[in-house]
Amino acid sequence: MYITLKTFAQTREITGEDNITLKLSNNSTIETVLSQLKTRSDKWALALEGSVLTARNQELCDTETVLSDGDELALFPPVTGG
Amino acid sequence: MFALVQVEDFDQGELYARLKQSADEKACGNTGAIVTFTGLVRDFNSAGDIDGIELEHYPGMTEKALMLLVEQAIDRFSLNSAGALHRVGRIYNNEQIVWVGAAAPHRQAAFDAASYLMDMLKQSVPLWKKEFKGDRSEWVAAKASDDKAALKWMHKK
Repeated sequence: MYITLKTFAQTREITGEDNITLKLSNNSTIETVLSQLKTRSDKWALALEGSVLTARNQELCDTETVLSDGDELALFPPVTGG
Repeated sequence: MFALVQVEDFDQGELYARLKQSADEKACGNTGAIVTFTGLVRDFNSAGDIDGIELEHYPGMTEKALMLLVEQAIDRFSLNSAGALHRVGRIYNNEQIVWVGAAAPHRQAAFDAASYLMDMLKQSVPLWKKEFKGDRSEWVAAKASDDKAALKWMHKK
């Protein structure tokens, strides 16, 4: 299955990748994706060192969430609006 | 109710009128209190002077998360209506950045709801601030005091 991965703010700047398609095994969790990304490059390892929030199809969720084909997964640092 | 995310500056009077009209449509004559809050960009941070901030957002999710928050505030404080607007993009010192408003039968619910909207917005709406001075810029780190402010609503009835 395939998902779209988006990044924002520091996560986007450090990785230099803001919108990519990932091929995953069926029923992969977000935790699995994070583990895979950490080995993708040094930049990704660095970007995922700190606190990173995750959203599936534009809703905040935890890393145990199971992904489906066509999902949009977003990774970003704690928010600082207001 | 309404939730808006935009680059352009806003008019507090227009937003107040929109909130009041929305409250009147739900329960005409029942609203006894409207509390609004406007946030501005300060000209300093902990390290010194800044020229302004650049706000990044997640198009689509930011609007949805802000609307969800407005709905939660209406439910939690039994409001007649509520609204929120957050600007994105480059915003200079002293400019308006955020607005929230709550309309309720009595003042305490309206004050509490406005406070709740701001505290929770800083936790759950995807927006990221970068402060800039000249050609240098730096991301703003999430504050522990903001986490505390949001947590207090988790414990309150």
